[in-house]
Amino acid sequence: MSEPRSHAVLIDRLGTGLVPVRRLPPPALRALGWLLVVGAIAVVLSMHYGLAGMLQRWAAAPDLKWAGMGAVITTITAAWAAFALGVPGRPAAWAWLPLPGMLLWIGASGFGCLRSWIAPGTEVAGMHQSVDCLVFIVSFSIPLSALMIVLLRRACPLRPVLTAVMIGLASAAASASLLEICHAYDAAATDLLTHAAAVALVVAVNAAMGGRLLSRV
Amino acid sequence: MPQTLTVTGLMGLGCRHPTWTSAEPTVQADASAASASESPDQRRAAWMAAAQAGDRRAYEKVLADSVGLIRAAARRQGVALDRLDDVVQETLITVHRVRHTYDPTRSYDTWLSAIASRRAIDALRSRGRRDSRELHDEFAMETHAGPDDASAAAEQLQRAQRLHAAIARLPPGQREAVEQLGLREHSLSEAAELTGRNSGALKVNLHRALKALRGHFHGEP
Repeated sequence: MSEPRSHAVLIDRLGTGLVPVRRLPPPALRALGWLLVVGAIAVVLSMHYGLAGMLQRWAAAPDLKWAGMGAVITTITAAWAAFALGVPGRPAAWAWLPLPGMLLWIGASGFGCLRSWIAPGTEVAGMHQSVDCLVFIVSFSIPLSALMIVLLRRACPLRPVLTAVMIGLASAAASASLLEICHAYDAAATDLLTHAAAVALVVAVNAAMGGRLLSRV
Repeated sequence: MPQTLTVTGLMGLGCRHPTWTSAEPTVQADASAASASESPDQRRAAWMAAAQAGDRRAYEKVLADSVGLIRAAARRQGVALDRLDDVVQETLITVHRVRHTYDPTRSYDTWLSAIASRRAIDALRSRGRRDSRELHDEFAMETHAGPDDASAAAEQLQRAQRLHAAIARLPPGQREAVEQLGLREHSLSEAAELTGRNSGALKVNLHRALKALRGHFHGEP
């Protein structure tokens, strides 16, 4: 059988099995769906811990507020980028979208470490408390990453590792944002390093595991 | 041979496309009659939009029209001429599996080229892996040259011919399984789509074929 003939046979066979399909919603809309889950968790945490402590910390030390805002912006943009990369034909440049939010997040957190005074209602975290932060970020990142991987497996991420890195970043940033609600520790080098280690861990595990889970397309 | 592809058969392959109960008759009716003012890309976009709603005629047109684009994308990635048709087939199967990800407001050609480029890279990588495992003739001749080379080469050729003849004598189902899974190195799911058989039947056929071939060459039962 000649090759053009075999293409015709395959096309005929694919046509025979054709059924209507539900089109994938736009990436922004799909990202919004995932962000609503994060929002729901934030509401539950706010009801449990209250927002007064967070607002008091933010009012007293704007760097904490800006770091929190940076984490939220990173969450939104990384999620959007991940869902955009799940659609064939979308440029890889989407992966740059979370960069401004990340710079704000890291920059404000680093700036906070330079302060010589301690923000009211907080203390400088010791090693034990810092480990709690790491556990919090990793624990929340696992289900959030898993949810996004499930959602993205319905799409077609042609760059699975890059997409998985975006998933890891979005999940870790979302977890760090949620942590902000109940994070009674001031910015400090140990705390910043623990957060950075947690984010790096989540991103690395996603790149290794998520990349494989997404590459079967 | 069953000719129908089932959704369930495709569901296990990662990219999923839930069926859509309410088809869009307006899109379907207009899809086949493309206007002259449309660019080829727009025409293909309209066909694919109709295909997403279940229009088989538009689907077959857009797939047939895609073959040239896929070959061009594969050539750009550096795929050798003798592997182009494999990339075309892999891409067509992927397009079928992920057709729900196409957004008709965007370029069909860009969407298709991205998938074709990915499949071309996969083909190059699998070729690279195979080449790294295999001993090339030139290298083998240089490092293992000996007085028996001519007779060894002739014997190898005869063995290959005997193997091909034995494969050709297998029942059609078993032969197909060996060709798709063994010789063309397709995955079970790809072979299932190409042959229209389910993966369980392919596995059984391959197992039986290997048993028959072992029996043929080694006298095993």
